[in-house]
Formats: sequence, C-alpha cells, structure tokens
Amino acid sequence: MSEEHRHPTVDVYLRVAAALVILTVLEVGVFYVPAFHPVLVPVLLVLSTAKFALVVMFYMHLKADSKFFTFLFGAPLLLALGVMVALLFLFFGALTLRGGGAAGAG
Amino acid sequence: MTHAATAHHTSMGLDNRKMAFWAFIGSECLLFGSLISTYLVYKGRSVVGPYPHEILNIPFTSVSTFDLLMSSLMMVLALAAVQRGDMKWGKIWLFSTALLGLVFLGGQVIEFTEFVHKGLTMSTNLFGCTFFVLTGTHGAHVAVGVLWLLTLWVRALQGKLGPANAMTVEITGLYWHFVDVVWIIIFTVVYLIQ
Amino acid sequence: MSDAPSTGLTSWLTTTDHKRIGLLYFWTAFSFFLIGGLEALLIRAQLAQPDGHLVSAETYNQLFTMHGTTMVFLALMPLSASFFNYIVPLQIGARDVAFPRLNAFSYWVFLLGGLFLNASWLVGPLFHAGMLNVAPDGGWFGYANLTERQYSPGPNIDFWLLGLQILGISSLAAGFNFIVTILNLRAPGMKLMRLPTFTWMTLVTQFLIITAFPVITVGLVFLMFDRFFGAHFYVHEAGATPILWQHLFWLFGHPEVYILILPAMGIVSDVLPTFARKPLFGYTVVVYSGILIGFMGWGVWSHHMFSVGLGPIADSVFAATTMLIAVPTGVKIFNWIATLWGGAIRGTTALHFAVGFIAMFIIGGLSGVTHASPPADLQQTDTYYVVAHIHYVLFGGTILGLFAGIYYWWPKMTGRLLSEPLGKWHFWLQFLGMNLAFFPMHFIGLLGMPRRIYTYSADLGVTDLNLVSTVGAFLIAIAMLVFLYNVWHTRNHGQRASNDPWGGASLEWSIPSPPPVYNFSVIPTVTSRLPRWTTEHHGPMQDPPAVPPGPIHVPGGSWWPLVAALGLPVMALAALTHTLWVVFVGAALLLVGIYGWAFEPFEV
Repeated sequence: MSEEHRHPTVDVYLRVAAALVILTVLEVGVFYVPAFHPVLVPVLLVLSTAKFALVVMFYMHLKADSKFFTFLFGAPLLLALGVMVALLFLFFGALTLRGGGAAGAG
Repeated sequence: MTHAATAHHTSMGLDNRKMAFWAFIGSECLLFGSLISTYLVYKGRSVVGPYPHEILNIPFTSVSTFDLLMSSLMMVLALAAVQRGDMKWGKIWLFSTALLGLVFLGGQVIEFTEFVHKGLTMSTNLFGCTFFVLTGTHGAHVAVGVLWLLTLWVRALQGKLGPANAMTVEITGLYWHFVDVVWIIIFTVVYLIQ
Repeated sequence: MSDAPSTGLTSWLTTTDHKRIGLLYFWTAFSFFLIGGLEALLIRAQLAQPDGHLVSAETYNQLFTMHGTTMVFLALMPLSASFFNYIVPLQIGARDVAFPRLNAFSYWVFLLGGLFLNASWLVGPLFHAGMLNVAPDGGWFGYANLTERQYSPGPNIDFWLLGLQILGISSLAAGFNFIVTILNLRAPGMKLMRLPTFTWMTLVTQFLIITAFPVITVGLVFLMFDRFFGAHFYVHEAGATPILWQHLFWLFGHPEVYILILPAMGIVSDVLPTFARKPLFGYTVVVYSGILIGFMGWGVWSHHMFSVGLGPIADSVFAATTMLIAVPTGVKIFNWIATLWGGAIRGTTALHFAVGFIAMFIIGGLSGVTHASPPADLQQTDTYYVVAHIHYVLFGGTILGLFAGIYYWWPKMTGRLLSEPLGKWHFWLQFLGMNLAFFPMHFIGLLGMPRRIYTYSADLGVTDLNLVSTVGAFLIAIAMLVFLYNVWHTRNHGQRASNDPWGGASLEWSIPSPPPVYNFSVIPTVTSRLPRWTTEHHGPMQDPPAVPPGPIHVPGGSWWPLVAALGLPVMALAALTHTLWVVFVGAALLLVGIYGWAFEPFEV
C-alpha cells in the first residue's frame, strides 16, 4: 500500500533548501540591523514559522501525505503551543525580577 | 510455522511504523514545548550573570543552523536516492547527513566549552540551567540521529538497504527533520530573541 | 528468533503474545496493588487513634508516598494495561498489537521500574541508613522545593524520580503501540464508530499518555539536574520558583487522572449493556464525551493549585474550565443509567461492580465539583476532604470498574468462571469497606485534619471518625482475601467457560476461552456495532470456525525486549549510586538490545 502518488522531485528539495537559507539570512539580518529592532520578535516568529512549515510540509512530506499524519503532529503541536502561552500568562507578573518576592497575587 | 499468505492489511491504508513515528513526533512536541516554555518563563530572571547577550555567539550559531538545514537537504536527497534504487548516491547522502550532524555536535561542544570558560555552567544561574538542559536535550537527540544514520549507512554498505526498505530511510528522515525543526525554534527563541 | 516453545520460563520471558503480556501485567499489577494496600493498612493502623506510635513520622511519610505512587503507577495504570493488552486486539478483530516486541518491552520496563521503586524499602543499609529509611517520602506528587537536595538529602527522592522516569518510558511505548493498533489493525468493517466503548476509551487514554508523560519527564529531568548537577530550576534564590514544578507536575497530573478513569469508564460501558441485554444508550454521545473529556482535561490543571496564589484571573479561568468538564462526565452517567433502565437485568458480580462504579463515581464527582470553586477549595485543599475525593473516584471509580472488568473478562482470559457467590461477598465487603473507609474522610477533612500528618491530637474531635475509617480499610482487606480465595479456588475447580458465558455483543466473545494463540481462525468481517447480537437491523455474526482453514503465522518470541529493558534500571542505578561508568553499562545493554531487536528476523 502506498499513500504517496508522486515523490517530490529533487528540484523541489533544492528550492526549499534555498528558501531556508534565504530565510535564515533574513533572520540574522533582522537581528543585526538596528532599524528592525522594534519589530524583531514578530518578524523573527514569522520567519522561523515559515522555515518550520517548509521543512515539515516538504521535507517531512506532510503536505502530500495523509491528513491523519497532519493530525497526529498538529494536535500535540497546538497543545504544546497552548500550554506555552498559558504558562507565559500565568507567570507574567508572577515573579519579580532579581530575586524579589514569591509568586505573588496577580 | 509456515507463512500464510495474509497481506498486511491496514485499516487506514497507512504504514504502521510511519503512523507510530508521527505519534512519537507529536509526543516530542510536548517534550520540547515544556523545555522551551521553561526557558521562556525564566528568561530574564537570572540573579547573576553571565547573561545571554554577553555570551551567545550569533555568527557561530548561524553557521551551525545553516549546517543543520543543509543536513536536512542531504537527508531528503538520501531518501530520494534510495527510493529510486540509486544506492551509490544513497550511501553518499546518508553519510553526508551524518557528517553534517557530527559537525553540528562539534559546534555544540565548542560552544559549551566556551561558555564554561566564560563562567556559564549548569549551576551558575537560571540562564545556565535552562540553556544547557534545552540545548543539551536537543544535542542528545542529534547524537542519537547520527548513530541511527551511520547504522543505516553501514547497512547500505552491507547491501541490506534498498528501495524495498526505503521506509526505514523515510522514518529516519522524519526524525532528523524534526530535530532540525526544533533547532529552528531554539535558534530563534534562545539566540535571536534575547 | 525461532518457533518459541509454548511452556516454561523461557517462553514467558521471550513472549510477544499480547494475551500473555496481558496476564503478566495483571499479576504484576495486582501484586503491587496488594503492596500498596498493605501500605494503606499501615497508614490506617497508625491513624486509628490519636497520637499513634505504630510508625515514626519518617516512616509514615514513606508509607503515604509509596502508597500513592504504587497505586497510581504500579497498580491502577498497569491493571488497565492488562486489559488493553488482552482485550483490545480481540475487540478489534486482530491477531496481536502492531508492535509485539515493543509491547513486551513495555511490560518488562514496567516490572523493572516497579522493582526499582520498591527496592527502596529494603536497601537502606546500602546507603548507610536503616531498612525502611530510603523509600520515597516526598508525597506522590513530589513538590519542590521539599524534594531539592537541600531538604531531602538522602536517596529517597532519587529512587522516586528515577523510578518514575523508567515507568514513563513503559507507558509511552505502549501508547504509541496501541494508537497504531486500534487505528490500523481493525478487522474489515470495524469502523471507528463500531468499536466497543472500552477500545474507544483506550484510544483516548493513549493519546493522553503520549502528550502528558513528556511534560512530567521534563519536570523530573529538572528535579534530577537540581539534585545531581546543581541546577536551580526550582530554587527561589536563583530567581526560579517551586511553582514551576507544580505546573509541570499537574500539567501531567490532571490528564493522568483521566488516564486512570477513562479505561474503567470504558469497561463499565461494555459491561452494563451485556447484563442489561440492551445496547449502550447513546453510544455516539458516550464516545464523543470521552474524547471531549480527553481534550478538556488539558485545560484544568491549575485547579490543583488554587491555594498557591495564582491570582483571581487564573483561579477564575480554571474554576470555569473545571466546572465545564463535569458536563461530559455527567452525560456519560446519564447514558449509563439509561442503558440499565428498562433492560433485562442479570445481577452478576460484574454488573454489581459496574453499578457500584456509577454510584461511587457520582459521589467522587460531587466532591470534585466542590473543589472546583476556589474559595471552597481553600478550605478543602490539603485536608482529608481531598483524600475522600481521590479515593471515591479512584477506588470507587477505577478500582470498582477494574473489578467489573476482572469478573467480566476472567473467563475469557483463563477459561474458568470466578464463583458468583464468592464474587457477591467480595463486592459487598469491598463496597461496605470503602464507604466506611472513605466517607468519614469528608468530615475528617472539613473538621480540620490535614493530609500527610502521621498523627493527630484527640482535641481535633476526629478520633471516632478515624477509627471508623480504619475499620473500613481492614474490611477492604478482607474483601481482597475473599477475591484471592475465589481466584485460587476456581483455578482448578471453577466452572469452565464457553466462548461466551455472558451473551456479549463484541468480537472477543466469538472465540474460545482462552483464545488460541492466533485469536481468530478467520478474521471476521464486521457489519455492525453489536456483531454477536440479534438486533432489529441484523442477525448475529457467524463465529469463526473452530479450526483455521490453513496454517496461520504467529510471530515467535524474542529476548531483545527484555535485554533492552534491563538497560534502563542499570542506568538509573548509576545515577542513584553516583557512579558514571555504570551509565555506560546500562546504555550498552540498551543499545545491544535495540540493535538485536532491529536486526533479528521477525515477522508480525
């Protein structure tokens, strides 16, 4: 039984690799160019999400494979993201900087 | 017992091992998610230095990142070669992937040693323990991957790897790409967003 | 690997047959259950009167820690696993699980992890302490910073965290195995919405396991690095907080309680229809409620932390999500009651336990709802009120559900029926015992007795209630003796079981008791949710023939899962004894095991 109808060509792989390199260069560029610092975090998040998506969809073949694999990966991924966001909210303001008080009232 | 001619029918038409492996990768999202969450929650809370901006070497780590990304390319090229039966290139690409993995690990060793010399250890401060456990766990995953790849490479040298068992290469690839993807996140969250 | 002999020690050590592995899980888990029960009896004996001095405070701390840890990880989870192993492949019409050797590996790792943990009772002298001195003593939830090296200098907590890491690997491996098995190895026609409810709840449980265990793994790794390598993950002075431990633990811990209850709910959902001779009321809704409970279980964890000072917003959010999760749970309860309503009831022991489950779980659920309110919980938390809640849901819930499964599936697994009269005695003694043991705890707690204290003053006014509770605990023990006698007596004298002593609807009842090694002589084609029953839509299925039409390949045994499993406690031992080279021995064992496993010829 095969669930892949067509393997992506080497051409696709090379183009993805080129995109990954360009995105990394952009990331490092944004880091070094002071003008971008106000938008550093959102831009970096977008760029790294793009790299993540490219590797997962094309190198890990998730785009062309059964949607069930997308569920097996995507659901825990969303869960992890949700937990991360929740923890950030829970800790935001709960700790003081530099050895101050205990986990305080919100 | 003689073998009955039962085809290995599957209810979803998907390979068992591939399904198990995607479930495993899902599980690893929670593992690394917890590690990264802790890093983020403790970011900026170290009571003493060294602090990230004093010690992280972006140019060096950028090269490591590039190395790992290229290793993912080698991995898919290895898979493509094995799938079309071209074992000469299959072996070359498999070995190259492992080699780039080893280079990455070498880079980690150099980086960690540098940090220790500059006074950042596991027990120095929060940055120390969160950084080393997060990147150390990732590095351990890379090391396992390198071992796995070299094992496949030796199997190929023995003539025991080919298009018929390309699935093992595909699953190795899933592992390797996932480890790469985790690094993409670490590079951004730990190194670039300080 | 070759054709394995079917008897003898080697055949058991190398087995990859899910039925044998199920039996191994059962007996091992039940033994640990008895050990955990003994620990409970000692606790209750100590608390039978005020200012008790049966045991010291230090020993008492070890007793309640090991009782909780043993019951959760070494008894309840593996007892459920024994049914996952034995019954799920039969219910889906498969010959085995997707990865038989991985299955064996899970069992061996569980056994070794349980032995590692319990060895702590005996090996005190090796650590320059007396016997009964180095067992884990930080509570089953090991709160930091009590568990930091500074406050727990001995090896107790090391045993705990290393033991749990080992056990986690067992559960994770089984999780991946059963997800693939249930999704990919179903017989033709066995659509997902035709699966027996037990198999459905098993599937949801496995997803909870593979997502929740990594979180506790990370929490334990942090604790290990704090204790062994001077890290500061939970150390306040370094800018960290012990609250992180609580978050990581309960992010795991709350899904864990659903891992503990869903399989029992699945068992009850299978048992009730059989003995009401009526299909499960609202099957679809029950299944979806189970899935919903799984998802929602991830959104409530901080209700274990209402007294920690998270702030009013966090408290309110988690109070709301906690109250919401009562909804799908309540839905299931109504569906079970509706299943019984108007049915042709046969009062077998299994049915007694299943109905007892519903009643006791309702009580446990009600105390749970009171916990969902932060202001109310501030009075209840850390008191015996919580102990009452836990035991109503886990003993009244999970344990009663598991016994329903035991009485129900025992004939299938052993070929003999358990005695019904003895079973009724067992049930009523256990039911009475548990209510005597745990109901007073609601009052004991609200009257102000905290958890985890080794004695209490007569002035507290809880003396009589504690005595009643202790009597109840010993009644439970007597009930267990009745059960054990039932097991022993029917081993050779019990009524032999046919394919289907109960008139069950699902596939496991279509094959002999116990099944042949290949399960189904011919894999059935399934055309309905109740294949063995006559309904208004269809007649009963044709059971598979007694003799298979041709030879059936069954995978043989393998030593490698056991070899690989041995590597793990060896590595844990290295940490425990602070000897580096032992890590390499353990890692080598693990690697040799894995390589042997990967390269041996083995066909499923």
